[in-house]
This record gives sequence, C-alpha cells and structure tokens, in this order.
Amino acid sequence: MFEKILTRARMRSPWMLHFDCGSCNGCDIEVLACLTPVYDVERFGVVNTGNPMHADILLVTGTVNHRNRNVLRNLYDQMPGPKVVVAIGACGLTGGIFRQAWNVVGGVDRVIPVDVYVPGCPAKPEAIIDGVVMGLEKFMEKQHVDIS
Amino acid sequence: MTRTIIPFGPQHPVLPEPIHLMLTLDDEVITEAVPAFGFVHRGLEKLVEIRDFHQMIYVVERICGICSMLHAMCYCQGIEEMMGIETPPRARFLRVIWSELHRMHSHLLWLGLFADSFGFESLFMQFWKIREKILDIDEATTGNRIIVSVNVIGGVRKDLTLEQTRGILSELKSVETELKRLETTILNDYTVQNRTVGKGVLTAKQAYELGLVGPTLRASGVMQDARMLKYAAFDDIAFTPVVETDGDCYARCKVRFREVFQSIDLIRQAIGKLPNGEIAVKVKGRPDGEVTSRVEQPRGEVFYYIRANGTKHLERLRVRTPTFANVPALLTMLPGAGLSDVPVIVLSIDPCISCTER
Repeated sequence: MFEKILTRARMRSPWMLHFDCGSCNGCDIEVLACLTPVYDVERFGVVNTGNPMHADILLVTGTVNHRNRNVLRNLYDQMPGPKVVVAIGACGLTGGIFRQAWNVVGGVDRVIPVDVYVPGCPAKPEAIIDGVVMGLEKFMEKQHVDIS
Repeated sequence: MTRTIIPFGPQHPVLPEPIHLMLTLDDEVITEAVPAFGFVHRGLEKLVEIRDFHQMIYVVERICGICSMLHAMCYCQGIEEMMGIETPPRARFLRVIWSELHRMHSHLLWLGLFADSFGFESLFMQFWKIREKILDIDEATTGNRIIVSVNVIGGVRKDLTLEQTRGILSELKSVETELKRLETTILNDYTVQNRTVGKGVLTAKQAYELGLVGPTLRASGVMQDARMLKYAAFDDIAFTPVVETDGDCYARCKVRFREVFQSIDLIRQAIGKLPNGEIAVKVKGRPDGEVTSRVEQPRGEVFYYIRANGTKHLERLRVRTPTFANVPALLTMLPGAGLSDVPVIVLSIDPCISCTER
C-alpha cells in the first residue's frame, strides 16, 4: 500500500538535477528553456533542484573530461535510488564534435550508466522533454525492481 | 574569529555552468575568493590539426552555444582578412542582423538568470518567455534555435526573403512592447534595487586597469565597444555604445537592458539598409600568414589569433574570450561582499565558462 503511494508520488513529481559536464551551453540553455513558460516541464511535475540528494533524474549535457568526471561520479553517487540518467546532446552521447580533442574522455556513459540518450546539437526542448518522459518509464521499471 | 572556507560550485543551483570558487569567510563577509577552472576544458584549439580551416567554423561555433554566431563571425572575418576576400555587402548586413539577434537572446537569458540569482523567479520566467520569440526568429530564418551556423568563409549560407524581414520587424515590435512592460520591474522595483545597487562596485579606473571588456566595463563609465571598430556593416550603421557610470550590479543590469533595445534598433537599421546582391563569394586557395580578429560579443570583446602556413590545416588558433578578461573583476569585487551577494556579483559579469575554458 505504502509502496504504491510512493511509486505514484515519485512518478508524478520527479525532481531533476542538471549538470553541465563540459557542454558548450547550447544544451544547457535548452534544458533551462524547458522550465520556462513556453515548454513548461512543470506540467509533468518536474521541478529543477540544485541538490543531488533530492533528485530523481540526472540530466547531463556535454562531454566528460578528465577533471569533471569525478564531479559527475560524485553527483551520481549522492543521488538516492531509484535514479535515471538522461544524456543530452551529441557531446553527451559520444563526445560529438569534440571527441578527438585531447582533454575529452567521451560520452557520459564512459563514467556513469545512462538510461536515455537525447541526440541533437543542441537538442531541442521538445526532444529533452521527450527524453525526460521516457526516463520516467525507465524510472517506473527500476522502482519495481527495487521494491521486489 | 574563525575562518570558514565555503566551496561555491562546480555544481550550483544559480549557475548553469561549472565554475568553482573557494570563498574564505570571516563571519559572513568574504575575505578571499580563489577561482578554479578546468571543468569544461576540451582543448579544442588543438583540433586545428585534425579539422581543416572550413570545418573549424563548426568547431568554433561550439566554443559557446550562447554566442556561437559571433565566434564563427570572428573566425571567418579573420580568415577572410588573411586571404584577402571581400565579402559582399549583403552578407555583411545579414551578419549584423544575426549577430544582434544573438546578442538580444544572450542578454535576455542573462536578465532572466540575474533575476533568478536574487530569487525573483517570475521575472526569470517573463524574460525567458520573451527570449523564445528571438529563438523562433532564428529557427525560422536559419533552421536552428541556438547554433545558427550561418557563417561561411566569404559570406553567409542563408538569405532573408522580404517576408522574413517583415516577420522579423513585426516580432521585434512585440518584443519591444513586452520588454517595456518589464522595464518598471527590473529597473524600478525596490527588491531588485536593494539587492543590486551598490553591490560589487568597480570604478572606471579600476575597470580599465583590470582590462575588463564589454558591459562590465561600460557599466563603469568607460566607452569601449569592439563594434566601434566598424567590422561587418557597422560602418554604415549609426551606433553609440551604451554607457552607465555607477559601476555596480544595477548599472550592469541597466547596460544590458538598454543594449537589448539598442540591438532592436541596429537590426531595424540593418534591415532598412539591406542591399541586394550576392550573399557569398567563392573561396579559392588556402590561408597563409597570421592575423588577429576582434568582434564584440554579448559579454565583451572576443579576440582571435590565427596563424596559417598555406596548407588546409591552420597552424595555431588562439581565442581570448570576454569572460577570461572579466574574471579578475570578480576577484576584486568579491572580497568585502556578503555571502548572500555572491550569486548576484558572480552573475553580474555574465560568466560564460565554456568560452573561458574552451
């Protein structure tokens, strides 16, 4: 009974944490644009939080480099489970246009497990919202695993 | 009194980007601020060895997503100067139109984030709502919202039709009316004034000696703007930089707010004088020599140094971006400020970390 309520509550109000992991800002401002009136991701109950310990969904934009990989790892570890990671933009997926640059490790999945990949350079707000909603389905699956 | 060291960043709710500041506090007052960089460093200047000089346009556009058009423009102007290419007049005017649209969307973004930095959430939403109109113009005219990718060496890739210019003018009119409605809030509201007036003051002498650029410098009363160099079509367009004299966060906010209106005016002038003709010339040969190129970005002056050796790969590309010049201001302003003013002061220089670290 309690778990059912918890699942429902989590599904209806996933809190997201956004981390810029070496992106060019293009995807970051699109993530922020999702929160603003035109796209308004809050209609799905999604609230942007600054605290990883309150977050359910981690949105990561940009390439991972040797310095911020620890920060990313740290943020991921601080998030309570079940958690979903959404990698945004060509850089977050594979390293994109920077993949040959010397300080770039590659996509986000080199460091932490990624559940949803949102392509685009920069990814459009519609695509990001779609990614978050897909992430919620994954979130549901993970929750059942956690409970059982 | 015990000293406290508080880390600000790399992941912080106010900043969309990772900058790390070690703040040494004496009670609630900051005595020292030490910045740490490198969280966004990708090393893309080195990519000139892999990508040829045409492909580098797409790389420099992604130095910063907010002012991508201006990075590409600066790079293309540098290569054009090196190869002695005369860009067609229409291309130069189109560059001004798109670059000023970019400046508008960057300033509106900043005004929103600035309002958010002192907790004025509804104002943040209002500014970002207006900003979407500019992005719609970008999408309608170039095909992408943020990284418009219109510059090529020798001109631009896209042309504006008559209907599109009319559409831009009518959209700008509605943007202007909506901004006028917000003017009383952002400039006259007492909560905004309480949080910004007298915070992070820089005198004209200090600002000049620290080598600041852009709105941060102009808010301290120094009239300096790279657009006065009359690049692109600025020699045909009437232009006077926006200058304020107080040098505090409020003055910086005022400069940027007035610059949005100035950009509307510049776009109107550019569309009014838009000549007919070609939008790009064919490029033959390879660049050889060295050149410096300067363009005024939303955050200040960006400086490109390009060296080529007659092959298709450039030998060296060096970029100095405005935020890099403005960080010393931060370290001068922060000591003596209260901890609660840190987000306001940090945002007042409009930091763009992906520009700074590349």
